[in-house]
Amino acid sequence: MAEPSDPNAPWVTPAGMITVALTATLFLFFLQYLPVVPRDGAVQWVWDWIPSLQVRLSFWLDGLSLMFALLITGIGTLVMLYAARYLAGHPQYNRFALYLFSFMLSMLGLVLADNLIALFVFWELTTFTSYLLIGFSHTDPKSRRNALQALLLTAAGGLALLAGFILIGVTQGTFELSQLNAAGSMAEQPYYLGILILVLLGAFTKSAQVPFHFWLPNAMAAPTPVSAYLHSATMVKGGVYLLARMHPSLSGSDVWIYTLTIFGGVTAVFASFMALRQTDLKQTLAYTTLMALGTLVMFLAGSSGYAITAAMTFLLVHSLYKAGLFLVIGIVDHETGTRDANLLGGLARAMPITALAAGLSGLAMAGLPPFLGFIAKELSYAGALTMAISWFVVIMGMAAFALMFAVALIVAWKPFFGPQGDLPRKPHEGPWAMVLGPAMLSVIGLLAGLLPGVTAYYLVEPAVAAVMGAPDVGGRLKLWAGFNLPLVLSLLTFALGFVLYLVHARLRAMLAAMEARAIDMDAGWDVLLDRFMAVAKGQTRVIQTGVLRHYMFVTFAVFALTVLGTLVLRPAAAPALNFAGTGFVEWGIAALIVAGTMVVVLTSSRIAALVGLGVVGIGVALIFIAYSAPDVAITQILVELLVVVLLAVALLKMPHLDRTGKQSHRPFDAGLAVLVGGVTTWVLLRVTNTPFDRRLTDFFEASSWTEAFGRNIVNVILVDFRTLDTFGEIAVVIVAALGAFALLKGGAKRPPEDAPEPAPETAREER
Amino acid sequence: MEALTALVVGLLVAASVYLMLARNFMRFLFGLILLSNAANLVIFASGRMTKGAPALVPYGADTPAGVVGNALPQALVLTAIVIGFGLLAFTLALAFETYRRLRTMDTDKMRVAEPKDADEDMK
Repeated sequence: MAEPSDPNAPWVTPAGMITVALTATLFLFFLQYLPVVPRDGAVQWVWDWIPSLQVRLSFWLDGLSLMFALLITGIGTLVMLYAARYLAGHPQYNRFALYLFSFMLSMLGLVLADNLIALFVFWELTTFTSYLLIGFSHTDPKSRRNALQALLLTAAGGLALLAGFILIGVTQGTFELSQLNAAGSMAEQPYYLGILILVLLGAFTKSAQVPFHFWLPNAMAAPTPVSAYLHSATMVKGGVYLLARMHPSLSGSDVWIYTLTIFGGVTAVFASFMALRQTDLKQTLAYTTLMALGTLVMFLAGSSGYAITAAMTFLLVHSLYKAGLFLVIGIVDHETGTRDANLLGGLARAMPITALAAGLSGLAMAGLPPFLGFIAKELSYAGALTMAISWFVVIMGMAAFALMFAVALIVAWKPFFGPQGDLPRKPHEGPWAMVLGPAMLSVIGLLAGLLPGVTAYYLVEPAVAAVMGAPDVGGRLKLWAGFNLPLVLSLLTFALGFVLYLVHARLRAMLAAMEARAIDMDAGWDVLLDRFMAVAKGQTRVIQTGVLRHYMFVTFAVFALTVLGTLVLRPAAAPALNFAGTGFVEWGIAALIVAGTMVVVLTSSRIAALVGLGVVGIGVALIFIAYSAPDVAITQILVELLVVVLLAVALLKMPHLDRTGKQSHRPFDAGLAVLVGGVTTWVLLRVTNTPFDRRLTDFFEASSWTEAFGRNIVNVILVDFRTLDTFGEIAVVIVAALGAFALLKGGAKRPPEDAPEPAPETAREER
Repeated sequence: MEALTALVVGLLVAASVYLMLARNFMRFLFGLILLSNAANLVIFASGRMTKGAPALVPYGADTPAGVVGNALPQALVLTAIVIGFGLLAFTLALAFETYRRLRTMDTDKMRVAEPKDADEDMK
């Protein structure tokens, strides 16, 4: 299914051209470091961001970052140009350009960040932007679902990663990658295992290792340029990048070696079989991406120069040919209307340039000489022989490479040079803006293989040096390395791959039958999500009843229990009830308050309740008068009067205090009320039994006249020492008055009965 | 006097909690008023209570003569009283308007924001 695009629509739009130009500029910017980094070493830029938390916005450009930065900006430029044409006339193209450009910047930040926290922020930004891109066809529920799946899975891994980073920062005392890597391996340190597991969770979800692999093929719901960019060259390599980046600090332990080897190997072989099983060429490529990621992870398990050189070379090769092939599939889809491997064939005559690009990329993928893919494969075998459990790596590697050979023929050979297929549309060559990308990428792939010395000096060796933490220890990139075991293994791979291609139709049927019986992780994901939603809804129903008194009950109960817990856990001498100095007047006031309170609680007459409230208020005012607080007492009496007047006015229009509904909860309420009241009394008694610290009071008494020239200390505090509080108080009263006014005034205009609810915003995708 | 105040405060708090758990919104409001009074007394009493000696500096002196009432909690309580009044006035307006529209004071029946069939709405 091709995305809507109008062949006659103008495709040179401001949004498209600006993003292309900016990305190209960035590419040129990084290109100028190509001679610098191998010669002078890494470049660093630093800004303090949150100094108190050691979070710095520091960027570190070494061989590894440079290779990634060039891939991101270079492929990014070509993909954006391609997308401008591919989505020409799409109503939401501008949005798409923005998403793609934001993604490019986040990815760039990710590979350049030196600070772990900054790296995490960029990591999550790539997750978000890729969510937007995968779900770009938002009218399609499947597309939305797949985008959400990718988001949830990679964001969950991201959280684990954050925890791992914080552990690293706490135990190592720094968040700077350059310092961490310079300090060497932390394999012997405590918490290493925890850190490793958390970081691997992040890397494996991002790079779609089994068993977190299922989101990546689903992410192909995105428009093809997105798949080419995110799911081959960049985002999914984020996990691989992280493993390579942290290789000096985390590698070397048995856990590292075995985990990466086994997960990577299993992913690679599983994905290769799945790739063979698909008939949709885009899905086929998606699974070969998984295979490449698995292979990369597997080789990063090693610490020998050959293993790392193999990983870095393969990474470069894969980015070039995979982006190219995705773009080619996009052109084929765009021009013929299908991506079905069984239908396509004989396109070479109609679209010669595309066919050439596909052929070159396919040869690189198959790993034939003189392409860089061949060198990568040779190095891989050489590296595999140096690694722990080398037999496993060799077997897994060979299986994956042989299957890849077969898949390369299916993707790049058969549609163009195979027998003429039955096509929905008459094919013709794609527009230049779309053909340019795959053509350039495939030619670069060829040149990189023809000039291995140049590729090695400028790109691979600095990257290997960055991963190894030491320069000049990697393997050499040679087209002809002599007649040795890797060459024999390579030849064996070709033979095996060709046989696999010949029988691929039968193999596909077998694999389909097997897949039908296997556990479906993808469906499992839906079940998991459904259960999760059910639990969330269930607990919301229990906790959020929508009944005010339930909320109040919980609030008071939590208050009582936490205060009670504190009182019990911090025992002190039981406070004595000291009534010395409590005379007749005091007992009288207390009795007044008690009586007023009881009336309010027990009566069902509005007027009686009002009187009770007034009595309580006056009682409190009397306490203030008796105990040296005349200003407070005056205010209390005034406010009490206002309260009673307001209540009286309001109560005239309101119903009686009849009890409504069931009252069975009242005994429990009473119990809780007694508990809260008792706890409050206990706290107050304990507070007043501790020695009193008069320092603040002494300060105010000493400075009231001498500094603020007021003789009434309370007033001086209010208008002088704590003016801001008083100002806030006035603001609160004004806000309350405005709120009340708006409520009463606004209500008067509207009809008393329920106005119909405004219709909910109609779902946007229905437009 | 602090001990007696503590007992009175306990009673006020218990009464207000009991009232605020009632279904009738007017009772809730009464509870709010009592709670406001109780809170003021807590602040006042925890600053210790001194009888018959307001916090004033006599003419001709730089500092108060002898022990006077603690001025700081008084200032805090003054602020609290006024804010409590603002809160009450607003809540009263809210109650008034709620009754005018919903014709009920039973909080169990005030389900506009969180209707009973909320789950069905979400689907």
